[in-house]
Amino acid sequence: MSVVFEKPKSLANVPFHYCPGCTHGIIHRLVAEAIDELGIEGRAIGVAPVGCAVMAYDYFTCDMIEAAHGRAPAVATGIKRARPENIVFTYQGDGDLASIGMAETVHAAARNENITIIFVNNAIYGMTGGQMAPTSLPGQVTQTSPYGRDVKLTGYPVKVAELLSALDGPTYIERVAVNNVKNVKAAKKAILKAFKNQVEGRGFSLIEVVSSCPTNWGMTPEKALEWVDEKMIPYYPLGVYRDKTAETEEKA
Amino acid sequence: MANKVLMKGNEAIAEAAILAGCRHYFGYPITPQTEIAAYMAKRMPKIGGVFLQAESEVSAINMVYGVAGAGFRVMTSSSSPGISLKAEGISYIAGSDLPALIVNVQRGGPGLGGIQPSQSDYFQATRGGGHGDYHLLVYAPASVQEMADLTVLGFEKADEYRMPAMILADGTMGQMMEPVELPSGESKTFEKPWALSGTKCERPHNVVNSLYLKPEKLEEVNFARYERYRKIEETETMYESYLMEDAEYCVVAFGIAARVAKNAVIAARAKGIRVGMIRPITLWPFPKAPLAEAAKTVKAFLSVELSMGQMIEDVELATRSQKPVLLCNRAGGMIPTPEEVLGAIENMTKGV
Repeated sequence: MSVVFEKPKSLANVPFHYCPGCTHGIIHRLVAEAIDELGIEGRAIGVAPVGCAVMAYDYFTCDMIEAAHGRAPAVATGIKRARPENIVFTYQGDGDLASIGMAETVHAAARNENITIIFVNNAIYGMTGGQMAPTSLPGQVTQTSPYGRDVKLTGYPVKVAELLSALDGPTYIERVAVNNVKNVKAAKKAILKAFKNQVEGRGFSLIEVVSSCPTNWGMTPEKALEWVDEKMIPYYPLGVYRDKTAETEEKA
Repeated sequence: MANKVLMKGNEAIAEAAILAGCRHYFGYPITPQTEIAAYMAKRMPKIGGVFLQAESEVSAINMVYGVAGAGFRVMTSSSSPGISLKAEGISYIAGSDLPALIVNVQRGGPGLGGIQPSQSDYFQATRGGGHGDYHLLVYAPASVQEMADLTVLGFEKADEYRMPAMILADGTMGQMMEPVELPSGESKTFEKPWALSGTKCERPHNVVNSLYLKPEKLEEVNFARYERYRKIEETETMYESYLMEDAEYCVVAFGIAARVAKNAVIAARAKGIRVGMIRPITLWPFPKAPLAEAAKTVKAFLSVELSMGQMIEDVELATRSQKPVLLCNRAGGMIPTPEEVLGAIENMTKGV
């Protein structure tokens, strides 16, 4: 009997704590598959965030460090500067990366720091029970926007991929989603490239993964995936926002 | 004989750090410690080291956290308002049992305060400064020579005990120039099997972390850490005792205040007052034992500080307030003259 699917080596053999229907599991697997395929498990160092993925250090089998809320890109910068031969990645949510950690994110990108960032955008603070995030959509009901996000009071969502692509620094920025098989495959390709860029010394790569949070959105997992298609992706269009590697390949 | 060079205190810290094997420096501009960053910016690229000006003090300390986790000697420097911003990261470094060196060249506060010398971050430094139960090793140099020597020692002890160390200087110590004999010889190093280096697929993964969701476990970790602190209090306390053998009165001062106070003690002795001085070199651990011992024989203590009176609380605790503890202080960036301190010593002899 042929094996058609295996758990990646870089994922530990422990149960995730994530809620039913949460897409963190898929994204963890894609990261681990990329690490396996590039053969970098032995030199990878991951930086876990504060948020739902706070315990990512238990899930990845490579060396791991837990950062303070939002500080993962600074922590990753330190590690990468000290150990340039290692492959350093962060795994962060929207509150962590786009709110409290905005300065660290923008400046790591501006420096074209040779690190890989996996940014999970599910438009809500999941771990603390569903508060409004910097990426919550206009009108979105959350615990701290109970009447719907009023842009007159709270401003507009932060579009991270667009924002960072305004900088000269970063090498590769792509927004993907994991709400259907086709999108998962595209996300896999992007994440793999984001790690490969670092292996090749090309600089800062960030993959924004549009994700879902059935628990805090108050939806069934299935309905949440539909909401990604209907509401999230129109506001956060998928695609490549920056690819210096393509530019250099064209020149070559 | 080793060569003596004339250096600013801030530069002595920077050069001593390099001599101690530190090859990673992260900082953010703030007065009055800029010479440290400027020195590192010049030197690090020439010796294969890393100098990076971070986007904020918050980022700088988190870069330090990353490098410390990766197992290398690393430092940052700042001044009072910047240290407040670093407090979060310092708590994580302490909570993750990582070694690092943090330099605070203090200025007056609170808030934006001023840019003149101060010692008003004593509480912040000796009580940890950030959230949670933890301590830093806190060294208080009183000369440019000590700026250099304590920097090397700070790196070594931080590694030995896996905890952050702080050089608590002030604007005067940072700016003043004195002859200094730079440390020579190999700095003591320690194995770091816990460091993030990549598993090479040969060992279980290392995790650097301060999160323990199970309260029983977090309590256990805290108790174990404080057991280590207890040992440090026994073995790592440093102080200078000056003319205490026959002293009837005891001045307590550290850093630049001790330099001024020493002159006052000499002047008081010339007037026949039997006064001595205990100068804490480590502020944590605080030299409780010599103060408790002195409390048996002296009539009173005088705490000389560039703050509204912070160390005085530790003097009272160490002596169990058996004898009166008086305060001679200036604040906001002002420094007392030796005459002012002499006046306070004379008042002490009259009052008690």
